[in-house]
Amino acid sequence: MSGKRKMFIYGGIVGLVGAILMKLGNPGNMGICIACFWRDIAGALGLHRAEVVQYIRPEIIGIIFGSFIIAYMTGDFKVKGGSSPLIRFVLGFFLMIGALVFLGCPLRMILRLANGDLNALVGLGGYVAGIFIGVQFLKKGYTLGKSIDQPKVAGFIYPIIAIILLIFLVIRPAFILFSSEGPGSMAAPIVIALILGAVVGMALQRSRVCTAGGFRDLILIKDSYFLWGLIGIFVFALAGNLVLNFDKFHLGFMDQPVAHTNHLWNFLGMVLVGLCSVLLGGCPIRQTILASQGDTDAGVTVLGLIAGAAFAHNFGLASSASGATANGKIAVIMGILFILIIAYGVIIDTKKSNSQSKEVKING
Amino acid sequence: MANIIDARGRSCPEPVIMIKNQIDSDPNISLEVLVDTHVAVENITRFVTGKGYNVNVEENNGEFKLNIKK
Repeated sequence: MSGKRKMFIYGGIVGLVGAILMKLGNPGNMGICIACFWRDIAGALGLHRAEVVQYIRPEIIGIIFGSFIIAYMTGDFKVKGGSSPLIRFVLGFFLMIGALVFLGCPLRMILRLANGDLNALVGLGGYVAGIFIGVQFLKKGYTLGKSIDQPKVAGFIYPIIAIILLIFLVIRPAFILFSSEGPGSMAAPIVIALILGAVVGMALQRSRVCTAGGFRDLILIKDSYFLWGLIGIFVFALAGNLVLNFDKFHLGFMDQPVAHTNHLWNFLGMVLVGLCSVLLGGCPIRQTILASQGDTDAGVTVLGLIAGAAFAHNFGLASSASGATANGKIAVIMGILFILIIAYGVIIDTKKSNSQSKEVKING
Repeated sequence: MANIIDARGRSCPEPVIMIKNQIDSDPNISLEVLVDTHVAVENITRFVTGKGYNVNVEENNGEFKLNIKK
């Protein structure tokens, strides 16, 4: 099987899982959304108090288990980190802000599109624009530096977190919050969600599918390899929805589930997501996979995503079906400017250290 | 003598960009690239073979050396 066909199939597995999970009870066009699901977990842990989006999503637990197990078996489990952790945290934080103004991560953007939500097309335009801007920084030498070996025990932190979350999900202690209405109350059965999450984790760990990588490689090195994974997600999710969720399939902009029609803010929210994803080296799903296979930098990024979700819901930055909030609009603009300044600062510093090392070579 | 690129510890897509910059500056260049992840090996191999280069990969204790030449 050719590489591109393999990517198409791997992506297809993810898209199909999205359609199945929506059929089995997950919120509209949210079969599997990494930003939304980490946000729901943040809510369940009491990090924010938006009562309609609090649930420990077993899909995330499954993804962590699946990618950890397959990485451990194949030799991809390597515990590394230490390359600009604070910058990664901030990038993860603002990535989540952008995602919650748009109302979904890049994966949900594809799933929304595959169920007829044309607002996701506007988001896609913003995402590609953000990736294009990020690629310009990569071309100019943007780097977060080298990661180095970390204590092996650090690589087990995410799998342990997943086990603890699973225990909380099953025994439902009083200090864990569960939505009784809204998207957080809509869920597929736990065991099925856990298994399908693990399937997604395995497929993504093996394939390295990354929504940012697909467009980034096309722009940067004219390589469509990863893009075929995204096409696979879309095609299989579309086919899955037409078969399983035909009653919910609705082509257009208006009255789409957990979505709004503020085109400018759908676009700019995803500009921020695309920019942060490229500067991080991967989208939220890729960061979650990497965190599960021992990459402690990706682990810090996921903590940034969780903190961003908490802020977004505690301070009224997250959009709702009625549209983007004033605070959310300000946060997106501030986020884009802040991230551009950080990226520029990294380039200035990298150029300075490169020229210093050249001088040392000449003098030495 | 081949030019050596040490891309160990670099996250995606930096190893590919480091090689692209070298190839762009001299298409006939021979490179010896050091990386420490399977994903970097896969990405670099796909990129350079697409450009018509030959790649030989050696693994040693979890690290990889890629010899790239026309």
